[in-house]
Amino acid sequence: MTQYFNEMYEGDAVRAPYAGLESWIRSMPAELRQMKQAEAEALFRRIGITFAVYGEGGDPDRLIPFDMFPRVFAQDEWRKLDRGVKQRARALNAFLRDVYGRGEIVRAGRIPARLVYQNEAYEHAVSGFTPPRGIYSHIVGVDLVRTGPDEFFVLEDNCRTPSGVSYMLENREIMMRMFPQLFRENRIAPVDGYAELLRRTLASVAPEKCDRAPTIAILTPGHFNSAYYEHSFLADLMGVELVEAADLFVEGGFVWMRTTEGPKKLDVIYRRIDDAFLDPLCFRPDSMLGVPGLMDVYRSGGVTIASAPGAGVADDKAIYTFVPEMVRFYLDEEPILQNVPTWQCGKADDLKYVLDNLGELVVKEVHGSGGYGMLVGPKSTKDQIEAFRAKIEMDPDNYIAQPTLALSTTPTFVEEGIAPRHVDLRPYCLVGEQVSLVPGGLTRVALTEGSLVVNSSQGGGVKDTWVLAE
Amino acid sequence: MLSRTADNLFWIARYLERAETTARLLEVGARIALIPSAGHGYRSEWESLLHASGTADGFKAKYGDPVQRNIESYMFFDRDNPSSVVSCLERARENARIVRTALTGQVWDALNTAYQELRALERKPRSEIELTELTEWVVRQTAMVRGAMDSTLLRNDGYHFLNLGSALERADNTARLIDVKYFVLLPSVDLVGSELDNYQWQTLLRALSAHRAFHWAYGGEITAAKIADFLILNRQSPRSLIASAEAAMAHLDALGRIYHHSGPAQRRARAIVGDLAETRVSDIFNEGLHEFLTRFIREVGVVSSFVHDGYLSGEARCS
Repeated sequence: MTQYFNEMYEGDAVRAPYAGLESWIRSMPAELRQMKQAEAEALFRRIGITFAVYGEGGDPDRLIPFDMFPRVFAQDEWRKLDRGVKQRARALNAFLRDVYGRGEIVRAGRIPARLVYQNEAYEHAVSGFTPPRGIYSHIVGVDLVRTGPDEFFVLEDNCRTPSGVSYMLENREIMMRMFPQLFRENRIAPVDGYAELLRRTLASVAPEKCDRAPTIAILTPGHFNSAYYEHSFLADLMGVELVEAADLFVEGGFVWMRTTEGPKKLDVIYRRIDDAFLDPLCFRPDSMLGVPGLMDVYRSGGVTIASAPGAGVADDKAIYTFVPEMVRFYLDEEPILQNVPTWQCGKADDLKYVLDNLGELVVKEVHGSGGYGMLVGPKSTKDQIEAFRAKIEMDPDNYIAQPTLALSTTPTFVEEGIAPRHVDLRPYCLVGEQVSLVPGGLTRVALTEGSLVVNSSQGGGVKDTWVLAE
Repeated sequence: MLSRTADNLFWIARYLERAETTARLLEVGARIALIPSAGHGYRSEWESLLHASGTADGFKAKYGDPVQRNIESYMFFDRDNPSSVVSCLERARENARIVRTALTGQVWDALNTAYQELRALERKPRSEIELTELTEWVVRQTAMVRGAMDSTLLRNDGYHFLNLGSALERADNTARLIDVKYFVLLPSVDLVGSELDNYQWQTLLRALSAHRAFHWAYGGEITAAKIADFLILNRQSPRSLIASAEAAMAHLDALGRIYHHSGPAQRRARAIVGDLAETRVSDIFNEGLHEFLTRFIREVGVVSSFVHDGYLSGEARCS
């Protein structure tokens, strides 16, 4: 049987980062816990934080279960993650700068040209254009899992519009409100500087033509979007406008907002919509959505779009395999965080290995997300495995496979009391004039016993994530 | 401020005010229905309510004859009726969700709590809820939201758009509430000035929570002329037409000062207030109450459309 790393207990001994939580657990009989849990839920509902993590869809008024048991990192554990995530964010941006420019990494034969230039996410419309400071992905969400005291793996990178950061902030708010004594007794690094860091990051990439303090706005698809709460939450914390495409128009080489006092010029757009819906003149002539002419303004340096159109080519599952290579190629460093070994079913040798070992592997669709359309070999029945085998054989290019990782567990409140449940982590790295990372992130937890799938659409919940200060 | 944000704020306030009016209308109906009919044919008091709220056709299409129970459902819970309490509160809350960034936590909290309670009310069997319970609940909730707005919002343009929406909707709605009288008494002009007539006027006062206030302001005998004066021309009466029109004018003027620019909306609002200030009750009865109210409602509509064109449509170029 697989041994899973428990982040709190080593046998009967409590690992150092969790020492401060022991007495807290003892002071929480079942009744009090249930009361607190109900209180937390009521708080979430009242704030109106109903939200689905990007790409997972579902009922917009649904709450993601919140587990009150915090997940804790010691300062030295975090320092490594901090360095590793920032390193990755720098490499991914260097890669984007390169492939929309001279394409050195392709010429050097380190990444196949086909994977880059024929990638669906590669935007030929911005080829040859370098955005301010050469930054393409301003918010990089790096999904991490842990398998041992010092073993962390990157599952995937999110270079477009990683979501969930409002959960990181709200989970902390609610924990501080419900258990203030915990925060007095433990030295927990604050995360509430995130919004200000984000604002500064966006301001630092204002376009060249902007000659005053830049006007920033968040561009949302609208209030029917499942992440609308997050968009409005961030706009509020940063003190910037939350706009929809219909609020914007292009005139005289600039982008303008429609306001009660007439047009107001916009300099930096933090967009939470996909490339395809930015500008119907450029991407989707059939679409009524978007701001006609926006891309012309962008390419002439009249507005900055964050993340840059085309940034998605860096977080593609096929490109993922090459990120360690990027770190070496651009930064001349060794990768601090490891990739999960990945087999490309499109390659004959890899395909053979995958089909021979389906029972032990996790197989995912190249463009899939949200935990849909994947096979977790060890957790599947024979029939499920055979059905999946047929799907892979039909279209091998569409699948990648990875070993089933022994995801770490943290104690979690469940029906019967406290039990270990598997977790992952998404920190949010900001890239502007500086590269910064708030000490924390979104911890997702698979609430079903034994489950390794943390996606909220598959019964996942969230936890507050602590980094202990020195 | 974004035009769309201003538009949302403006409508949050209008929907809230409308929800409250619908509740007050129901209250009027329930009270009028408690006294014996004056024997003036088929025309039911309940039907007059539907006419006053402009929902008679929608109701007829769905339910046919005006039965009290159905009218209550239609005006309170029915999502097919755009003026029902549920429709209005739901849209007010949805508008607020869209412009969360322009509201304080307290305002959102008050609106969202009202919405959550409403959903709980909807799940209760109708037979367990008294109508007065419902109407009082609405008046209480809208008062809480208004209180949160008043005590926590920044006095910027958004605040004035909210209050402008309130004032215009209230002006329109009070006029419609008074107009119920016209529909109730239409068939028999000779009833004017009768016991029944006065009873109905008093009911109107009660529905506007102005029964006591009226006595403080006027004292003595209750007459149609005094009540009309109180509800239309008396500045002390917070829901009167003149008080609402003056509030609209004040918030429009505040916007004009903030934006350093006044337009047709300001001018038209000032004209309405000026006109009311010159009017006497006798003028109103000479013109005909219904005719006077219809003209007033139309004027308020003109101001609303100027507000839309000048601020909310996003076409403004006046900076």
